Amino acid sequence: MAPILELKGITKRFPGVLANDHIDLSLNKGEILALLGENGAGKSTLMNILYGLYQPDEGEILVNGQKVTINSPTDAINQGIGMVHQHFMLIPVFTVTENVMLGNETVKQAGFLDRKKAANRILDISNQYNLEVNPDYYVRDLPVGVQQRVEIIKLLYREAEILIFDEPTAVLTPQEADELFKIMRSLVAQGKSIIFITHKLREVMEISDRVMVIRRGAMVGETTPAQADKQTLAAMMVGRAVDLEVDRTESKPGELVCSVENLTVADKFQNIVVDDVSLEIYSGEIVGIAGVQGNGQTELVNAITGLQKTLSGKVTLLGEDITKFSPRQITELGSAHVPEDRQTDGLVLPFPVAENLVLCTYYKEPFARGVMLQYPVILKNAEKLIEDFDIRTPNAFTPVGSLSGGNQQKVIIARELSRSIRFLVASQPTRGLDVGSIEYIHKRIVQKRDEGCGVLLVSPELDEIMELSDRIAVMYRGKIIAVVPNKGITKEYIGLLMAGVVPEHPIQFDETVVVEATL
Amino acid sequence: MSEEKKDLGQEILKEINKGPLKTENKKPFLGKAAIPLLAIITGLIIGALMIAITSQSVYAAFGESIGKGFSTAFAEIGTAYKALFSGAIGDPIRMIEAVRLGDAKEIRQAFNPFLESLVQATPYIFAGLAVALGFRSGLFNIGVEGQLFIGAACATFAGYAVTGLPAWIHMPLAFLAGALGGALWGFVPGILKAKTGGHEVINTIMMNWIAFRLTEWLLSGPMTRPGSGGMPLSPIIQKTAEIPQFFQSPIRFHLGFFIALAVAYLIWWLLFKTTWGLNLRTVGTNPRAARYAGLSTTRSIVVAMSLSGALAGMAGAVQVLAVNRSMALGLSSGYGYDSIALALIGNNHPVGVVLASLLFGTLRNGATRMMVVSSIPIDIVDVIQAIILMFVAAPAIIRSVYHLRKPKQEEQQLFLSGWGGQS
Repeated sequence: MAPILELKGITKRFPGVLANDHIDLSLNKGEILALLGENGAGKSTLMNILYGLYQPDEGEILVNGQKVTINSPTDAINQGIGMVHQHFMLIPVFTVTENVMLGNETVKQAGFLDRKKAANRILDISNQYNLEVNPDYYVRDLPVGVQQRVEIIKLLYREAEILIFDEPTAVLTPQEADELFKIMRSLVAQGKSIIFITHKLREVMEISDRVMVIRRGAMVGETTPAQADKQTLAAMMVGRAVDLEVDRTESKPGELVCSVENLTVADKFQNIVVDDVSLEIYSGEIVGIAGVQGNGQTELVNAITGLQKTLSGKVTLLGEDITKFSPRQITELGSAHVPEDRQTDGLVLPFPVAENLVLCTYYKEPFARGVMLQYPVILKNAEKLIEDFDIRTPNAFTPVGSLSGGNQQKVIIARELSRSIRFLVASQPTRGLDVGSIEYIHKRIVQKRDEGCGVLLVSPELDEIMELSDRIAVMYRGKIIAVVPNKGITKEYIGLLMAGVVPEHPIQFDETVVVEATL
Repeated sequence: MSEEKKDLGQEILKEINKGPLKTENKKPFLGKAAIPLLAIITGLIIGALMIAITSQSVYAAFGESIGKGFSTAFAEIGTAYKALFSGAIGDPIRMIEAVRLGDAKEIRQAFNPFLESLVQATPYIFAGLAVALGFRSGLFNIGVEGQLFIGAACATFAGYAVTGLPAWIHMPLAFLAGALGGALWGFVPGILKAKTGGHEVINTIMMNWIAFRLTEWLLSGPMTRPGSGGMPLSPIIQKTAEIPQFFQSPIRFHLGFFIALAVAYLIWWLLFKTTWGLNLRTVGTNPRAARYAGLSTTRSIVVAMSLSGALAGMAGAVQVLAVNRSMALGLSSGYGYDSIALALIGNNHPVGVVLASLLFGTLRNGATRMMVVSSIPIDIVDVIQAIILMFVAAPAIIRSVYHLRKPKQEEQQLFLSGWGGQS
């Protein structure tokens, strides 16, 4: 049987870049094809060509063996090709039904919208594919995972046969991602075909039937999860052997760096989000906070870094009570913070790399003398850090917003780690990054630990926590329900704790391991 | 890289205006000035059409024959724009002649239109800077007009009520009084925004109304000119408070223009060369990152609004101290509102604001003569200004009319992000 979709020799050039270089791809009916590649490898360009947003310079597209031209998303939809974008194309103030209908409205006589009929079809679709959603809800009230379902329903409503998922898990919690994978399986089971764009190896191994790897615009290989493992996939993707495991020696905890005592924090609605948390971080160790997102990690970090007021409790940094300190005072004590959301908190996107690299220190010698900024010094600092931290940018004047996500994060890492610091708070330091950048940033964090820095690492990615941490604290509903040394414990055990279950008789432990359950 | 000598402030601005999507380095001719320049040209062309279609004699001529109609239309437009030009810049022949003869008085008179344009541009520079500084700091100061009135009132009061000071103290004092008054009027919405989150757009508009009514009351009450018979008019300021004019009447060219240039330079320096400026710009561009970096957003907002108000106050002060020498309610021809346009055309950059102010000053000045010579209403200049502004605000039109290439990718990216991002 001919493949349902075939791309032959697709080439796309942008000024100065060969984004796609003679790419061949075929998709069979009823399979999940993973398109794996680093950020900027050309995955999105290829899919945008398929979706009619770009025109290829060379090459042809075949659907069901027929050659087609796709000039717009409308053409793509008419060919049965639909795309779930990473950033959803939904209108928050419209209901699910209205969003799904938009552009393809069902009408009664005289042009009135037939919401009921549309809603019924949505219900049919949602039953058929296990896409649970209430058609009458407003999109703005739905959790992200459900919004994504609406996007999928939108495509099925238009009778798409080929579904493209562009980095669909980037915005999801691990649980939501699992849900999505179930949905994807049920879709292919009923004859749909899926192209799944990602740079996460674990997901490729878990869900795909076949993997194609793109590097620098060219297809570098094809394999199946059965034949390959994470190491080989990573090597194909990056073009060299990648250490997925960070070389991490035994930690040598020194003196107390930061201690949190009975800290309680409320959010703006006066809900207690950090509930009586106590934690100690010593120099030369990495304490990882595991937990499903939204269990108070963000607020805990904000309280420690001075961004959020506390209700009660005390935070001590290097012997000083910093509970009432401003972010700047805390920074000046020798603390660094890699924020959770690099674009909204960590960077000023339109500003050049050079200025972003001194965002926290621009007012001090040698970057300023009096009120005068010393641009030559700022520039020299930028050039040094660009070199040292391998930030890929045309030059120091480039606005940071035009860099790739990985390089944006490197700008933050460079800024925070280049100072002489004693304490580092790293909140989701590798969110949304590709393997190469993750490897690099992990190394830098471990290196900082080895220099005697105390590190608090927060991440919803359990893999990351297990890999880097010397001790793991699990946060659940605002409380730290356990602090365990990262030795001989299993992922399943931490997973149970993350779900709020404190196992009475923990899984086979090393006898040296002690669980300090606080619940 | 060996670019240390480069002016980073400029570089940065270039980059900022390029936007976060970096695509091609090759820019259309004239770079970022292309859009405003073409907007001005287009504005003048459409203005010309307006002149033609609003003219009675053109209709009459078209009634006779089409050829005559066109020639009349062109003649009409020609007269109007010639008058506009000579009113704004001066008559070139007369200027050359005057210089050749070396007659000092004649030179002054020949160059007066040009100098008068500078006089007209002066308040625009101050007011435009006020808005631009606000925008750079993330604040939309619509209250420039009100701040200007309060500034003028304070400068007037300091100008006539304080006596016995030497000019070198009195003049700066009166000018600073104006700045201070404007600053106070900016401070109030600033502190409201910083402490309560009250939106500065609403509050500055409200402050405008308070300012208008307050000055009206002051001028017809406590600050009225004795014997004005209840007219809202202030006493004439002391000689010592005057910002000097360089030549005899009727040439009004005065020191204030150079003060405006100096202030523009100062604002540029503040914004792009100092830690304060970086602070303001950071808060203005990304307040969350500013908080994360340990900056005080509240302080920045209050400082920015006060500074912006001070600049607006200076606009009022300079008009009173250098031009009018007393205060009446007709003080401003809407400088405060035009200044928003100026800031936009000037890309919120001091240099851009100065250039845009010169343009507006020139148009305003030329329009007066145009009205006298060709009986074309002065309002046509408002239309031209409005058209220029529209085109600057909607660069896509200009780009398509003049076939300026914009990398396709960028537009598609924009199209893509139009709907997304707010999941």
